Amino acid sequence: MSWGESMLWIVAPYITIVIFVGGLIWRYRYDKFGWTTRSSQLYESRLLRVASPLFHYALLFVIVGHITGLLIPRNWMEAIGVSNHAYHVNALTWGGIAGLATLVAVGLLIYRRRTVGPVFLATTNNDKTMYAVLALAILSGVVTTVAGFVPSEVSYRTTVAPWFRGVLILQPDVTAMAHASGLYKVHTLIGMVLIVLFPFSRLVHALSAPLGYLFRPYIVYRRRPR
Amino acid sequence: MRIMAQIAMVMNLDKCIGCHTCSVTCKQTWTNRPGVEYVWFNNVETRPGQGYPRRYEDQDRWRGGWTLNRKGKLELRAGGRLRKLLTIFANPIMPSIQDYYEPWTYDYENLTNAPLSSDIPVAPPRSLISGEPTKISWSANWDDSLGGDPSPDPVLAQVSDQVKLSFEEAFMFYLPRICEHCLNPSCVASCPSGALYKREEDGIVLVDQDRCRGWRMCVTGCPYKKMYFNHKTGKAEKCTFCYPRVEVGLPTVCSETCVGRLRYLGVLLYDADRVSAAASVPDERDLYEAQLDVFIDPDDPAVASADLPPDWVEAARRSPVYQLIKKYRIALPLHPEYRTLPMVWYVPPLSPVVDALAGTGHDGEDAVNLFAAIEALRIPVGYLAELFTAGDPAPVNTALRRLAAMRSYMRAVNLGEPHPVPPDAGLSEDELRDMYRLLALARYDERYVIPTAYGNPPGVVEEGVCSLDYDGGPGMQQPFGEASGRPVPVSIENFHGLKERQTSDEITHDRVNLLNWDGRGTPAGLFPPRRKKS
Ligand code: HEM
Ligand code: SF4
Ligand code: SF4
Repeated sequence: MSWGESMLWIVAPYITIVIFVGGLIWRYRYDKFGWTTRSSQLYESRLLRVASPLFHYALLFVIVGHITGLLIPRNWMEAIGVSNHAYHVNALTWGGIAGLATLVAVGLLIYRRRTVGPVFLATTNNDKTMYAVLALAILSGVVTTVAGFVPSEVSYRTTVAPWFRGVLILQPDVTAMAHASGLYKVHTLIGMVLIVLFPFSRLVHALSAPLGYLFRPYIVYRRRPR
Repeated sequence: MRIMAQIAMVMNLDKCIGCHTCSVTCKQTWTNRPGVEYVWFNNVETRPGQGYPRRYEDQDRWRGGWTLNRKGKLELRAGGRLRKLLTIFANPIMPSIQDYYEPWTYDYENLTNAPLSSDIPVAPPRSLISGEPTKISWSANWDDSLGGDPSPDPVLAQVSDQVKLSFEEAFMFYLPRICEHCLNPSCVASCPSGALYKREEDGIVLVDQDRCRGWRMCVTGCPYKKMYFNHKTGKAEKCTFCYPRVEVGLPTVCSETCVGRLRYLGVLLYDADRVSAAASVPDERDLYEAQLDVFIDPDDPAVASADLPPDWVEAARRSPVYQLIKKYRIALPLHPEYRTLPMVWYVPPLSPVVDALAGTGHDGEDAVNLFAAIEALRIPVGYLAELFTAGDPAPVNTALRRLAAMRSYMRAVNLGEPHPVPPDAGLSEDELRDMYRLLALARYDERYVIPTAYGNPPGVVEEGVCSLDYDGGPGMQQPFGEASGRPVPVSIENFHGLKERQTSDEITHDRVNLLNWDGRGTPAGLFPPRRKKS
């Protein structure tokens, strides 16, 4: 394993985390006003009504998939009776479907952004960069999922996942990561770029998912502080 | 009983000449910025007509406001909380820009740049949404003064099966509309972020621009379609009831500039604990009475023991709005059936009836004739009832009879008849005279009885947390798109600027002409000096 690669899997993730957390704090303090979905539904809703729900719902599955795949160690899964084979069949089917749906949806969203005049006019450079990285992340993700079609003993569960958990407990397992195939490495790198972009793009809207709405009273009263 | 106060408005429709001054001054003050070109916090509609946005009153389609569910409980018509969250990724029932109109500008450069030719160059229209050349085909008042087929009017469809009005039956009046600053605002209830709120002190409903995340559910929630989406900033905006002016005791810009002087502003006291009960009475036609019952008589002993500043109680006692709504019962709420308990009420116009009478050669000022005509003119009265009382003609009849009685009684008085007899409309002679005074003669300080901001000694007003104004203004290319950065909480007419203007003879150099400010940049004097960024 080269020196450069170990730097990559040790230093880069922490830089990513620092930028992500620091960026969010900074953005929240500096730019609460810019913290929005910047919805483009007023301009166009026919395509959006298909693409946006498809994208977001599929993405929710993808996120759940990442959490199970990366955070839950293989032997825990096996302890509750999920064999490696069963896991992969499931991961491939559900992950494949969700991944493909996300890919199609992001394609539709980009198509809409580009071809619908008013929407394109309202697309900033920031949006374009974000979309490029997002699309690459999803594309590489789908490719890795499909490439994992042949179930094997060496999968991300023994390479990327232990490294990822290691990063979280401040003991990144570089050796495990080094055994991952090139595709996974590429996807992981793009993922890190996306996380770096996250606080500085419209993606921040994801963090204000308004779950509190389910619990608050309907009418909000506010009183000027005296 | 929890007594709260609200600054409410009444408009006397008989006096509206449809000049749109209110719309224009409001726009110049609040929405002359990129992203809100199509936004009219105040608009004036011709009735019958489609309204703005087109056919907004068709709630089968737009699903604004509240309904009662099977258990008789209030429920947002567009669906409850869970449904809102599940459909948040693309709101299934949001009007598109075409339902409003595509705002435009003119390519004036063409006037000077066009190559020499025998034709005079023109400034062709350009869409402000797509930037492309456009054909202007609709606007906020395209069907002004019946300048179009009124039959798509959803209210008209409810009144008459034979929707096309014949010429003899035609009637027309203007309906200026702002946000209703409802007691039970469905826009607030629809906002997933909780960014919309009703101020406890004066009932004004505002958007906290810092907390709005652009989920655009409020646009669907408001049945009057008075929530607008700023397509540049990605945030919702709405009529502010000119709160910076109201806080210092000045009327809203639309009221101040109204040429007909037909708007009244004053305090209404209401029992906040009874709001939801009133909004959920089973029969829509009872909503008008139910809302009247929520309002509290300012002379009620309970008011004295409530936690209200004395000048607010005093203002409530002198409130012109209270008199028009509750004492004389000639002002009615707009579309009470939406169950939001609106707080901008209307004195219905008698003029369609008078005109119809005069058109047939009768004396349009005579009480007997007018009373008979009110009964006979089914379509105008039915139409007004669909607008103001969920279709119940009785309150509309009462209001119109009282206006008619006042009219003929005051004519008798003014003609010097020795013993004018007040026509029977349930009001005494003194009441008729007082009502006449309020409707015809009332001066500025009788039409606008506005106490200064709650809890503060007059003159010291802290600016609230919300503002539509922010440093840099939208349209500037900031790092995160067109409108980012930290909003500076100042209001357009900030208190110090206002005081300066009122107390000095000279206009200070730092005072910007707001009417010429297009929202770009920060002209000197508009914002307080910026504190040094540390
Ligand atoms: C559960 C949390 C989320 C919610 C509630 C949410 C909601 C929304 C809403 C309301 C829009 C605006 C659609 C419109 O009217 O134009 C939007 C757009 C978008 N969201 Fe999300 N989102 C969430 C999570 C995410 C995540 C995790 C991502 C990606 C990492 C994402 C990526 C996007 C993108 C790229 C757009 C722009 C679509 C376009 O207009 O081209 N969202 N989202
Ligand atoms: S009229 Fe105003 S307060 Fe009432 S629901 Fe609409 S936006 Fe809200
Ligand atoms: S300014 Fe007054 S008279 Fe003119 S349209 Fe507005 S409300 Fe009517």
